[in-house]
Amino acid sequence: MSQQRMRVQGRAEDGLGPNSDIGSRLRALYGAVQDEGVPEQLLDLLEKLDSAEQAQTTKHVQHGGE
Amino acid sequence: MEAEAPSFKREMLATLPSLRAFAVSLTGKHDKADDLVQDTVMKAWAKQSSFEMGTNIKAWLFTILRNEFYSQMRKRGREVQDSDGAFTERLSVHPSQYGSMDLQDFKKALSQLPDDQREAVILIGASGFSYEEAAEICDCAVGTMKSRVSRARTRLQDILKISGEADFGPDAVSTQVTTSNHSF
Repeated sequence: MSQQRMRVQGRAEDGLGPNSDIGSRLRALYGAVQDEGVPEQLLDLLEKLDSAEQAQTTKHVQHGGE
Repeated sequence: MEAEAPSFKREMLATLPSLRAFAVSLTGKHDKADDLVQDTVMKAWAKQSSFEMGTNIKAWLFTILRNEFYSQMRKRGREVQDSDGAFTERLSVHPSQYGSMDLQDFKKALSQLPDDQREAVILIGASGFSYEEAAEICDCAVGTMKSRVSRARTRLQDILKISGEADFGPDAVSTQVTTSNHSF
């Protein structure tokens, strides 16, 4: 039996499957937040972290590593 | 040469919406959730060498976020209990899916659960983790995770006075509207 199938079965037994009231309401709430998209400031942060890292890498390369 | 970092970034980006939803469910507030996700992103970035590409980045990030949340809570001695927990504000759920009253009741019911049961039922029921993954994220045994989920579900059903399987379901309400294509 595949792990995936066991997962789905487990979920259904626990009443959180596709036909469950609680499961679908949970997913409706969760999905509503997910669908809001990611705030600008978080995207900016990731960009900054990434470019800081690239700049550092470049510097290291220029100085022949550390 | 630039392949390594951007792909870590990309994987992180893909996980952010779900991570943020989990953060909202923990903090109950969008602004606090965003701060928490921001702290998590910085922590994760600093620790990225300890992450093995190709393994489960979602579970890894959820673990970091959850640890960060509880360590901040401990530091503040829970003085910040200004929320009832669990999606308390600013939620716009597509009206075609549920009546808004119905989901208000559901949010209230969720907020009445103990923290450990609420996070368990969310990780399993909404974030899409397996019991094994959720147990690892919460640093507990798989059996513990199962019993938390089961108690949470029973409690929610009691509060909401609903039965287990679809006496109410998307079908009953939405059969008439499914023809108009609603995204979410």
